[in-house]
Amino acid sequence: MQHVLWLIPFLPVLGFAVLVVFGHRMGRRTIAVIGAAPAGAAAAVAIATAVSFLVAPPATHAYDQVMWTWFRIGAFAPRIAFHLDPLSLVMTLVVTFVGFLILLYSTRFMRGDEGYRRFFAYMDLFIASMLILVLAGDFLFLLVGWEGVGLSSFLLIGFWYRERANGAAARKAFIVTRVGDTALLVGLLLIFTKLGTLDIQGAMAAAQSQWAQGAAVATAAALLLMGGAIGKSAQLPLQTWLPDAMAGPTPVSALIHAATMVTAGVYLIARTHVLFELSPTARLVVAVIGAATLLYAGVSALAQNDIKRALAYSTISQIGYMFLALGVAAWSAAVFHFLTHAFFKALLFLSAGLVIKAMDEEHDIRKMGGLRRDIPVVFRLFLIGAAALSALPLVTAGFFSKDLIVDLALTSVHGGVWLWLAGVVGALLTSLYSFRLVFLVFFGERRGSAPVATRFPRLVVWPMVALAAGSVVLGWIELPVHWHGWSLFTDFMASALPVPGIRAGGLLDAIAVTLIPAIVSVAGVYLAWVLFGRRRPAVAGSLVTRPGFRWLAGAALAGWGFDRLYHVALVRPFLWLAHHGQRDWIDRLVSGIAGPAAALGGLLRRTQDGRLRYYLAAAALGIVVFVAVGLLR
Amino acid sequence: MSAVDPVYALGLAGVLFVLGLLGVLVRRNIIFVLASIEIMVNAAGLAFLAAGARWGQADGQVMFVFILAMAAAEVAVGLALALRIRRRFNTLDVDDLRKLKD
Repeated sequence: MQHVLWLIPFLPVLGFAVLVVFGHRMGRRTIAVIGAAPAGAAAAVAIATAVSFLVAPPATHAYDQVMWTWFRIGAFAPRIAFHLDPLSLVMTLVVTFVGFLILLYSTRFMRGDEGYRRFFAYMDLFIASMLILVLAGDFLFLLVGWEGVGLSSFLLIGFWYRERANGAAARKAFIVTRVGDTALLVGLLLIFTKLGTLDIQGAMAAAQSQWAQGAAVATAAALLLMGGAIGKSAQLPLQTWLPDAMAGPTPVSALIHAATMVTAGVYLIARTHVLFELSPTARLVVAVIGAATLLYAGVSALAQNDIKRALAYSTISQIGYMFLALGVAAWSAAVFHFLTHAFFKALLFLSAGLVIKAMDEEHDIRKMGGLRRDIPVVFRLFLIGAAALSALPLVTAGFFSKDLIVDLALTSVHGGVWLWLAGVVGALLTSLYSFRLVFLVFFGERRGSAPVATRFPRLVVWPMVALAAGSVVLGWIELPVHWHGWSLFTDFMASALPVPGIRAGGLLDAIAVTLIPAIVSVAGVYLAWVLFGRRRPAVAGSLVTRPGFRWLAGAALAGWGFDRLYHVALVRPFLWLAHHGQRDWIDRLVSGIAGPAAALGGLLRRTQDGRLRYYLAAAALGIVVFVAVGLLR
Repeated sequence: MSAVDPVYALGLAGVLFVLGLLGVLVRRNIIFVLASIEIMVNAAGLAFLAAGARWGQADGQVMFVFILAMAAAEVAVGLALALRIRRRFNTLDVDDLRKLKD
């Protein structure tokens, strides 16, 4: 299967190209097939590759396919090469499979939209870019996918470009992630100048052999790569773009949050884990950013009234968990959480899309309520998603992955009590905000208008059922550490991602570590029931109207003022500078040169008055003059 | 057979050419402009013939046949254009066609 790796990203690229070039002559049905089928075919190729990979593991623990040398400048010869190891394999499977389900859903969900073809073309481009990103064997090729993801997210967030705010959200996403991209680019240049190669495996091997443990250059490289990662993954302090990215269609949000884009940062750090192994400082920074982000976003999610914004903050928070895991060197735990998160977050977004559709484009959860009876199917699916997000013990996949992270945050040799505590508090917040949504949207009295749609086509529901199934059973491939059962996922990843050292602890510790997050997440659900379910809105209402709480809720709703801070500290000075730079003396000088040229042009323009006979006369006169000069000389 | 002095033939060609040029410059009707262009072309052909006769070479006649064919093609295109212009702008006056500029 080594030689078909190129097909995986190529198929969606093909779908994109066909839609762009020939799509204008196609009917909706053809567009849907050409839009969705490539992702499905890529998923099939990925599954076949996975099977062959598992049945007969290659000696190097990876498939490599070199297509060609991109270009050659002296010793610098980046290659178009694919590298598939367990890490890439998991990413590829999730991207293609979840991406395909989301596309299937979109074929009906987006049916009435006038930009149907554009939508599928962009989605294919998005998936293709992400696949290039995760399969690239060379940093420069990875960068192609990285920027492709940025471009297609920009196109999709601004998909309904007629509304000014959507365009602004798209630009914001693009510019904020660009800040991180710049750091990434500098990091890659550093790696190249110090190690002499951009081949990922080669560079990692060279770093391991040439750089000492804790070397300053390793820290610098790791921190710069991390800069790129926090931009794409919407971590503090570059998280501001993600809540606004909800301006795009709901399937886009599902794709951005579940399979593509925001997980790119997690992938990048896992891919370059050698650098982070070398640098305790960088690892600590990653862990602290992850912990801070998961708490920050958890609190913010609690205050949101737009259902999609609440889910957006929950994504930031869950990616924070992944960063926390990366920070304590629990690489495979982060990827495991990515895997389960992809399923339940896609499920939640797709369900939210149906809720919004049912409520006739109403996003505000304060105007919903009681939808349990109107759209029972969506309710059940959303409930499964919320339960998985809250990591309810045993019955959900989220439990197994989050438990692993929280556990390792304490027991890993790089972990610590504070990180663990952040994880536990985050778990409480997670189930609190998840079930706040459930109770406000589906329980209680109806507070807004009646639903306009209550039945949804099969093609919309079945992909969600598949996602729901994944959100429930997928966790069982990896049992909590202290159960001493199997750990298939970590074992599988072991060839690509080292297992962190575990601090020895007593039995009591083990019980505490396993039980506390489980209890906390159930407690969160109960608390949500008390606050938002049972006597809604009495308690929550009185809570919010108290002055202190009102301030708090307002701050959380606005994402703790990051937007305003950036506006005042960066955007406004920049605009001021740009405005005043517009008419400075350099500009005047340039305009001063342009003025006489324009005047001269105006004079010459007079001669071109369109009277053919005068042109001819002038030409004839010219010839006579030339001939005369030639003869008389 | 008394040969005409090529100088006279060339002189005639020059006169014809200038007449044609004046016709192009003075006339405003496209049909006459085309006819004048024909005269200029034929003047050039005559010059070729005269030169060919002067040097006793067949090239001048070859060129004349060539010019003849070219002129026929040019007239066909020119008349077709004139026809279209007449239909489209309802005029054959070249000066009126200034509005093509705008």
